[in-house]
Amino acid sequence: MEANIAVPTDKKDIWNGGGGKPFGASYGKMMMWYFILSDALTFSGFLAAYGLTRFKFIDTWPIADEVFTHVPFVHGDFPMIYVAIMTFILIFSSVTMVLAVDAGHQMKKNKVAWYMFATIIGGIIFVGSQAWEWNTFIKGSYGAVKTTEGKLLQFVKDGKQIALADFVIGNRTDGRVQHTKKNGLWFEEEGTIANYSVAQVIQAYNANPEIQVRTELIDLDKKQKTILSREAGSAMLARTDRVVEGANLEENEYGNTIFADAFFFITGFHGFHVVSGIAINIIIFFNVILGTYEKRGHYEMVEKVGLYWHFVDLVWVFVFTFFYLV
Amino acid sequence: MAHAHESNTKRIWIVFGILSFITIVEVYLGILKPAALHLQGMGTSWLNWIFIILTLAKAYGIAWVFMHLEGEKKWLRRSIVWSAVFLISYLVTLFLFEGGYIFDTLSPLVKW
Repeated sequence: MEANIAVPTDKKDIWNGGGGKPFGASYGKMMMWYFILSDALTFSGFLAAYGLTRFKFIDTWPIADEVFTHVPFVHGDFPMIYVAIMTFILIFSSVTMVLAVDAGHQMKKNKVAWYMFATIIGGIIFVGSQAWEWNTFIKGSYGAVKTTEGKLLQFVKDGKQIALADFVIGNRTDGRVQHTKKNGLWFEEEGTIANYSVAQVIQAYNANPEIQVRTELIDLDKKQKTILSREAGSAMLARTDRVVEGANLEENEYGNTIFADAFFFITGFHGFHVVSGIAINIIIFFNVILGTYEKRGHYEMVEKVGLYWHFVDLVWVFVFTFFYLV
Repeated sequence: MAHAHESNTKRIWIVFGILSFITIVEVYLGILKPAALHLQGMGTSWLNWIFIILTLAKAYGIAWVFMHLEGEKKWLRRSIVWSAVFLISYLVTLFLFEGGYIFDTLSPLVKW
């Protein structure tokens, strides 16, 4: 019975029902660490599964720095720059977080509040960047065609990838209309149809002799995608049955379907962690302002949410390496 | 909270500088992809090994200084780090071997 009774005690630092503190850590901090450990294993599971899939398709996997080349408000080709900026934002918000913890040790309430505020802003900027990245990825920028057996073909001019819109002229000509609830079966919808038909793309390919077809297959000597001759390209194009623009869970213009799935899943799960981290940070921020921890006599709560926030940063370091760099 | 009242501000900024520098090096190498590092290697390219080592260095900096593992009791630290390192190495080894095996088995069946 005694163990179930809340014992009034002045020693708030010890675990309930015992005098000793295992590892010299408070209950909350230790459990935060073990939560982080188990969450780290979850993320490792995702990244390891990504590794397995990539090894399975090692000769055809999309090359990440050909996919993530965009920076907001700037035109042109900047592989990885934006992801690097996002990494900086997250590392910097980690710094303001650890500065908040540091100020908490010195019981400087205002400093803690300001550093927490900066951390929250950093987190919001990161999530916003992530949303922009997703938007760009889903919209796509080049477009591709797919063969009946699911192989993806992209188009290049002078060795550089070009968009369908750069060489296919005019609007879709085969009269295919987007199926909506209004013009078709009221209980069915279809995803956005492509801007061009396959026949149009093939016609444009035949009319532009400088355009070549690029397959997913990686030339292992150069670590670049294979570019087909005009004749081989024609033969491949004859086997296509659909135009792919952008990315979703079923197909994407970058290559293997599971590449986009892993992108959505891993960065999405990380983004979810950032969002919940921001929410927890906001709660603690208001507690700081209200003076909760000043009354409590220590800012250990800030330290504990700090651990979670640093963990989110730590995961991003690995996602950055294994999704974008390697 | 053994270090209750001392300030570590300077150290924090130094670690931030190191982490930023590593990130810049990674991005620089990732864009440049020097052929000697990119096209040769052991198991995977030298470039990938560099990325992996730099990543582990960054993880060490974040965990030890920002998450303050260096100040915790030795066995709290070990219960966290050893568990993670052992389980993750095991998982990754199995998964990557399996992925390589599936590639060896299936890729000859796909004609490009």
